[in-house]
Amino acid sequence: MSVAFAEASVAGSIALDFEGVSHRYDLDDKTLEVLDNVSLAIEPGEFVALLGPSGCGKSTLLRLAAGLEAPTAGSVSEDGQPILGPNPDRILVFQDATLFPWRTVRANVAIGLEARGLICEREYRIDEVLKLVKLDGFADFYPHQLSGGMAQRAALARALVNDPKLLLLDEPFGKLDSLTRLRMQKELLDLWKSAGFTALLVTHDVEEALLLADRVIVLSDRPASIVAELRVDQPHPRRRDDAKLIALRASLLETLGISHDV
Amino acid sequence: MSAAIEETFSGTGRQSVTLPLAGIWRNGLLAAGTWLLASALTYGLPDVITWGATGPFAAVTLVGALIFLALSVTVHRLGSTGRTLVHYGPWFIVLGLWLAAWEVLTAKLGWLPKPFFSPPEGLLHVYMTDWDRLLICIAYTGRLWGLGFFSGIFVGFAGGVALGWSKRFAYWGMPLLKLIGPVPASAWIPCTFFIFPSTFHASIFLVALASGIPVAILTAAGVSQVNRSFYDVARTLGADNRFLIFKVAIPAALPNVFVGIFMGLYYSFAVLVVAEMLGAKFGLGWYLQFNTAYSAYANVYAALIIMALICAGLVRLLFVARDRLLGWQKGIL
Repeated sequence: MSVAFAEASVAGSIALDFEGVSHRYDLDDKTLEVLDNVSLAIEPGEFVALLGPSGCGKSTLLRLAAGLEAPTAGSVSEDGQPILGPNPDRILVFQDATLFPWRTVRANVAIGLEARGLICEREYRIDEVLKLVKLDGFADFYPHQLSGGMAQRAALARALVNDPKLLLLDEPFGKLDSLTRLRMQKELLDLWKSAGFTALLVTHDVEEALLLADRVIVLSDRPASIVAELRVDQPHPRRRDDAKLIALRASLLETLGISHDV
Repeated sequence: MSAAIEETFSGTGRQSVTLPLAGIWRNGLLAAGTWLLASALTYGLPDVITWGATGPFAAVTLVGALIFLALSVTVHRLGSTGRTLVHYGPWFIVLGLWLAAWEVLTAKLGWLPKPFFSPPEGLLHVYMTDWDRLLICIAYTGRLWGLGFFSGIFVGFAGGVALGWSKRFAYWGMPLLKLIGPVPASAWIPCTFFIFPSTFHASIFLVALASGIPVAILTAAGVSQVNRSFYDVARTLGADNRFLIFKVAIPAALPNVFVGIFMGLYYSFAVLVVAEMLGAKFGLGWYLQFNTAYSAYANVYAALIIMALICAGLVRLLFVARDRLLGWQKGIL
């Protein structure tokens, strides 16, 4: 399965740089400071997890990286080039699968190719990625017929069919039940290893961050700034009960202001 | 199996009754009975008020009764058509009773007098004597309605998409739409006379306006209510504005658009009478007015029934179109 994908994949990966990024939203009568001078360099092929309290601005970082918004101050660049707008090389996967309900799974996965006019030459990729995320039997199902895990898999397939060089994941497993989440985490890791894209994962699940990422960045409350950075050197596959991971978990929770007893 | 159908559709649900009669559609027999009653009363009782089609109406109801009699033994062999018939069995029974009571109260007892009330045989008389003019009227109305309705929903849809999509368009357009929306169609008649080259064009405009405005309002609402993250998803996947409008905004708004089209359909029928006031020489609306003026209420009722049937048929067609286009909604709603 992953062999077939590795052969078909010509994706590669990109470096992502945030330099002194600040961002605020102008609401009706006040401004909301979301990011405060965030600088972060992510290497090609790296798996980085952003950890922080909810509503702290993690998702905004992803939106900036995706090019959906431009930062108020500072710059975001890919491989040294400033990011000016959305590009299918950098794809965002949301917490909700946000599949288009009027399209079948196959048609949802096809959106990226359709939008770029590549549907004829690369249609075969749809079946490949559907197989990859184990949805090959569900191509003609509508989103409302899928379980939460299947919908999120379909959303992943919709991203992967474009061979992204950077995958931005906004709490992609946050709404799944815990068993499905464990399975999906492993699948995501396999995909990352075989396809080789750069991954930036926003999560509030400390274990998830430690299990998946090469590096965990801890953000402060809003306006978010980087308060800690942690390298995870344990080789994959990592075990949840690994002593070193448990120690890292304790120190991360402390950084986040939660005591050992939890 | 037939017993099962009987149970599901007729709602009698009593095994002791349905089982010995397996293969016989009990409601069909009852319907044949009530229709026969209507026929017998029509033929047997003397007319207090003459309407001119006593014999033919008795014949029609008799034929109806014979058909139901035949159906009561064959309906289970007719597949899905048969199931539909079985489903409406209680309606057929009541229809027979209704025809009988209607006939007795009007023509036979004269409690509901001429010309305000007409027995069913009176309507039949209209269809028999005035069918050629009615057919011409249907054709004229069909032309007017078709041109008006389709141009109305087309313009309404396009305008609605623009209003829902573009803030600038909405800034200027929405207040206008809200002002124009509640104005009754007849209020436009003076302007339309001046603006349009012929009364026919003015009539088309009135029908188009009535059907276009609900479509525009609901399409605009639908497009502006589309989940923002659908746009974000499509944009990160490389979609341009064209793709966002045609492949995201419009499909997402389509359920709303159909609500607007349904409303437009009803409004367009309501406005037909007004539109055909404008110097029309034929048309169902014109027919209604002409015969109202002469107190020929039987003709009015006869034309109203035709209009109601056409409208119901079009609604049915629209449902078919909607189910085809919005099949993905099954299981959501």
